[in-house]
Amino acid sequence: VSVLRAEDDDGTLEDLDSFRHRARAYIRANLRPMAAEEMRWDRFGGSEELELAAIARDRELQRQLFDAGFAGLCFPREYGGQGLTPAHQRVFNEEIAGYEYPSRVQCPTLVPCAAVILEFGTEEQKRQHLPAILRGEELWMQFLSEPSGGSDVAGALTTAVRDGDQWVLNGSKVWTTGAWWSDWGLCLARTNWDVPKHRGLTVFMLPIHQSGIEVHRIEMLNGSREFCQEFITDVVVPDSDRVGDVDDGWTVGTRWMFHERMLFSSPYLTNPVGTTHGRMHSRDVYDIACAQGRTDDPSMRDLVGEARMLELVSNEVAKHVTESIRTGRLSDQAAAIVRLFKGTATARIMDLAYEAAGADGAAWTGDGASSQGAINWIMRAGGTVGGGTIEMARNVIAERVLSMPRERTLDRDVPFRDVPRGRPSGS
Amino acid sequence: VTLVGLSDDQEFFRQTTERFLAELVPPDTIRALRGDPAGFDPSYWRRGAELGWTSLLVDEERGGGTISGQGLVDLRLVAYEFGHHAAPGPLAVTNVVAAALGQQPTADEVLAALLSGEAVASWCMPVVTPDGWRPTVTAAGEGSGLVLHGTSRHVESAAQAGHLLVTCQDGDGTTQVLVPTSAPGLTITPMQTVELTRRFFVVDFDGVRVDSGATVGVRGGSADDVERQLQQYLVVLNAESVGAMQAGFDMTVEWAFDRYTFGRPLASYQALKHRFADMLSWLEGSHAISALSCAAAQQGRPDAPELVSAAKAYIGQYGAALLQDCVQLHGGIGVTFEHDLHLFLRRVTVDRALGGTPAVHRQRIAVLLDEQEGAAA
Repeated sequence: VSVLRAEDDDGTLEDLDSFRHRARAYIRANLRPMAAEEMRWDRFGGSEELELAAIARDRELQRQLFDAGFAGLCFPREYGGQGLTPAHQRVFNEEIAGYEYPSRVQCPTLVPCAAVILEFGTEEQKRQHLPAILRGEELWMQFLSEPSGGSDVAGALTTAVRDGDQWVLNGSKVWTTGAWWSDWGLCLARTNWDVPKHRGLTVFMLPIHQSGIEVHRIEMLNGSREFCQEFITDVVVPDSDRVGDVDDGWTVGTRWMFHERMLFSSPYLTNPVGTTHGRMHSRDVYDIACAQGRTDDPSMRDLVGEARMLELVSNEVAKHVTESIRTGRLSDQAAAIVRLFKGTATARIMDLAYEAAGADGAAWTGDGASSQGAINWIMRAGGTVGGGTIEMARNVIAERVLSMPRERTLDRDVPFRDVPRGRPSGS
Repeated sequence: VTLVGLSDDQEFFRQTTERFLAELVPPDTIRALRGDPAGFDPSYWRRGAELGWTSLLVDEERGGGTISGQGLVDLRLVAYEFGHHAAPGPLAVTNVVAAALGQQPTADEVLAALLSGEAVASWCMPVVTPDGWRPTVTAAGEGSGLVLHGTSRHVESAAQAGHLLVTCQDGDGTTQVLVPTSAPGLTITPMQTVELTRRFFVVDFDGVRVDSGATVGVRGGSADDVERQLQQYLVVLNAESVGAMQAGFDMTVEWAFDRYTFGRPLASYQALKHRFADMLSWLEGSHAISALSCAAAQQGRPDAPELVSAAKAYIGQYGAALLQDCVQLHGGIGVTFEHDLHLFLRRVTVDRALGGTPAVHRQRIAVLLDEQEGAAA
């Protein structure tokens, strides 16, 4: 593989056409054509072996891209990236569509974790981790949510106590996808309990596989075990692994969540054109109608049509809202509209599939279309809770898009220590 | 920014129509038109036609013209403003007939009168069904002409129209004819409606004779024309409903800030805030699918029928839900005639029911999906 420089010696960037040709030639010669379906996260059927093999393959692919000069297109060259522009990443996303790519290195490793390190890391941290990430050697996880509260991220209870040049961490994090096969965690922890909640947080980086961290895999209602919970006990983190200033973790956290929200439009992410994220299952309803030989039944047609309708509108609403934000028609918080729309539409489509399945929603044979009716329905809240509940989205829409009065909170301007965190004892 | 994706010229055009409607048909004028037989003032319609309301689907060489080169997209902007002001006038049907006549070498005088706003026309359209559509009038050859039998219902402004475009079952084919409303054997009976300014009629054809020159398009071969007309018609209805949804929603948001109860504005109650959030998601979904389906119809894309049906089904269902929620959030004042909110509720109520209900279009989507799969298999 010949490694071509994306930047000439005089510092001018490679033009998009030349880049496209180079990327196309490389991709066609070196990567396997592969349908998006084959790269889905949930295709392992519970086999750890298959999942680990897929992770190993992704690390290998990432390394291959790195060696060929196609990893981290928008990361600076001094940290192993290519120093190119978002336009180059878009071209790459077009060219790699339909081919195998390291999908499990993208989120959360590159976005938001690597993006946060790039923005807030020290020179030493960036040199240690960014090239390793771009070579596929480090997979990262977000140690953000906690069992004590999902939506209230700044209410983190995981505590870091300073001890000379190091910190001692205790607490628990949850909803990390695949922490059991990842290497590093970006962790939001409380360093000061005597100030209001947003002002006592600090961000740390820590290796996941060490004696003080116990990784527990969570079984979900559909049998999936992709999520994990970590129990952190007396884990020592050197101060040199702190990201951002002490007690200024919310500055980092705000940008962290910005990168997370940006995800699919982030220039740091390889996101092949045409990739669908978050399956809507509208097709399941039609497949069930076919399996039952009821495509001519008007009541079945009603279910099939409604599911398809919701998917068509849902796909367009994201583009429409993005354009509305760009032109100032809606506030930049309007992304919550898309979240609410997709959440409710996905849930409704699952209702329709469950309805279409009829008695097969109670018991079924084989793994045909009808089997999805009840399995997905049991896990229906995945789409209305995961990634931020639709109730939070409704608050954001009302308060930040429509400028309605904010909900009263009891945790502002008081030391976090004094904020009620549970039902008072004895009541 | 009111709508996204508009050129400067389109935005200017939209604003011109918006200002014109705000000035000529404010809510009190609309309320006063309740008892008017036509529901609109002819001079209002002529002036609107001068702005281009009836020209957009007709080529320049036939006297029409667009703003952007995409006539249906431009018409969507007018339709949106019609809904936003609950404006009077048979916008959808007049444009459908003008577009059909614009494809036709004859009937120049009728077309010219539609373009100038001197006359309106209407469409005796087929009934929309899950399998497509079904004409309710038959045409049979007799001598060199045709004889029409049957009944067309919900024909907008038929009594005000000089001519009707009639979609007929003609043996196994589809034929469309242009019939003067004065033709012998043709009777027009008014229907009742919740709309204040739009008028609907039953048109009976009892052996109405037309000569072969009255045929619009190819005799027996007009199915594709009818499909295109239906798309145009539904695009206008959908855009009108989105305009009415936006007006009702904005009015209700204002109300939520103004109205105090138990010492707090309605807008401060989370139970109500969440309902506003839901309504905004329906509204933005409606904007999105209205624009997308219009663009698909404009370009004659193969997925246009599916997208137009998705828009009709979605906007019909959620437009009606949104306006009813707006009424609920207004409380008692929302069900009084003196308030303006019902003008928009009326508009979405009627537009939801015309051209196929949401249930019909949902089933239509399923049939199209099935056909697509059958063709692919």
